[in-house]
Amino acid sequence: MVAEGYYHAHEVNEGGCDGRMRCLKVCPTDAIRVRDGKAHIIGELCVDCGECITACPRGAVVPLADRLGQRSPEYKCVVAIPSPVLYSQFSSDIAPRRIFEALQRIGFDHVFDVARACDWETLASRIFLDEHEGRWPMISGFCPAVVRLIQVKYPELTEHIMPLEVPREITAREAKQKLSRDLGLDVSEIEAVYITPCPAKVVSIRQPAEKNRSWLDRAIAISEVYGPLRAALAAAEPVPSSELFESATYGPGWSRLGGMTSLLRTERWIAVSGMSDVTKILDDIENSRLRDVEFIEASACLGGCIGGPLTVENIYIARSRTYRLGEKYSRNIERHANQVEELYRKKFFSMENPLAPRPLSPLDPDIGRAIEMVRKRDEIYESLPKIDCAACGSPNCLAFAEDVVKGDIERSTCIVLRARAR
Amino acid sequence: MSDEGQIMLRETFTVAGGDFSHAGRVSTTIKSMLKQIGFPSAVIRRTAIATYEAEMNVVVYADRADVTFEVTPKTIRVTLADQGQGIADLELAMQEGFSTATDEIREMGFGAGMGLPNIKRNADELEINSEVGVGTTVKITINAGE
Repeated sequence: MVAEGYYHAHEVNEGGCDGRMRCLKVCPTDAIRVRDGKAHIIGELCVDCGECITACPRGAVVPLADRLGQRSPEYKCVVAIPSPVLYSQFSSDIAPRRIFEALQRIGFDHVFDVARACDWETLASRIFLDEHEGRWPMISGFCPAVVRLIQVKYPELTEHIMPLEVPREITAREAKQKLSRDLGLDVSEIEAVYITPCPAKVVSIRQPAEKNRSWLDRAIAISEVYGPLRAALAAAEPVPSSELFESATYGPGWSRLGGMTSLLRTERWIAVSGMSDVTKILDDIENSRLRDVEFIEASACLGGCIGGPLTVENIYIARSRTYRLGEKYSRNIERHANQVEELYRKKFFSMENPLAPRPLSPLDPDIGRAIEMVRKRDEIYESLPKIDCAACGSPNCLAFAEDVVKGDIERSTCIVLRARAR
Repeated sequence: MSDEGQIMLRETFTVAGGDFSHAGRVSTTIKSMLKQIGFPSAVIRRTAIATYEAEMNVVVYADRADVTFEVTPKTIRVTLADQGQGIADLELAMQEGFSTATDEIREMGFGAGMGLPNIKRNADELEINSEVGVGTTVKITINAGE
């Protein structure tokens, strides 16, 4: 697949961009350049973490998630599959069950909770880790930005990603199969819409890393449904507390960093979030330093999915709510153990295709010329101020040196060198 | 390296003994250069692991080291010349699990006696010269053809 073929779930609105370069500095993979006063995203490098969306003071980096109210006539049934993060966006007095009802009020025919699949996945992960004989540690696969970061910048570590289907996909598959049976519809007549905290999951739906087609059809941002949901919640009759939650769950815990891992039976785990810290841990794995760690839960967003760029609520408030939601609605996951064991043996949790690395292109297809380019780049870098001011429009001096070697920009663009020469 | 073609890229780094907070930096820098050059990922992994282990040996046991990184299209060589205590019995040091690390170092998760054996496993050639009380030079060669 060619680099240009990679789909991304956000783009720069050139009219809105006035070249303030905030995005440039936060991008963890140095995928942004500002040229002629406008930001550009380098598709091959972007892993869809969404940091640039949050950083832009002008709102000029726009997520391409779908809008509410777009109902396609080809579907006879539209089912919402909310990320457990959604529950933490409202007061913890509001039971997930009431949020489901509100989702139905704003236009979804059915709602399926990811929580049960989260419980199952935790148990399936235990079985996988118990039986794993390959390289350690395994890395969680539910953050699509981390999966893409590994495929792109740590291709050798792709085999460390947990090869289990993620809870949102399992839920969509189950929902479609159940509704197809119950309503006598073809699976293709049912649309599954993920209510997402981040743009990375939009990409994982449009261009899945591990299969040809996602079970989810669309993704709508939590920030998009938040307003209508609030209104629907205010208008709704209160639900009797006995009916609050039938399949309750550790789901809220999954949205918080370390929530899933704490239920695994291993003590040898690490939970890491934020792209720069995830990168440090991946470097350590590559250096084979973490061989005695069994499981790494990694999330691109600081604090886990509750820190996603398409959320509404302050992450610390949301985090506190996940604990209260957990206390109120969690039940022991062990009750699923036998069922999960059986499903696991039937490959219920297996990914359709193994994940493949997606390494970056080298500086030049000819290895000799590539070495020469690295040498030249380092020579140029040595001549630069190394203060990483990014005024040239490249994110740091090293990236600038590389851009010069590639012929993308002139060395004389560096304003610090120019000022010093005067 | 005369029979393997001319060295096209040579970089030097220093590693400070006892500097745990920056340990691994040289290995990470080298790794990122190799990725940009486009060496096969298995070659990069072996180089990164061998370099990291050697770097850690300097941090744990030596005072300081000069690291030289040399590349030809066919070979990657990392040489670490340290000033430090040296290795008294090289044959013993190469055995898995043998370590002279203090308890303090072991508590930090290092000194398990796997460093040199791990370098040997990942390198295509390994040359070690050591003089007690003076220092150790570790020369790691990786063939880039996988």
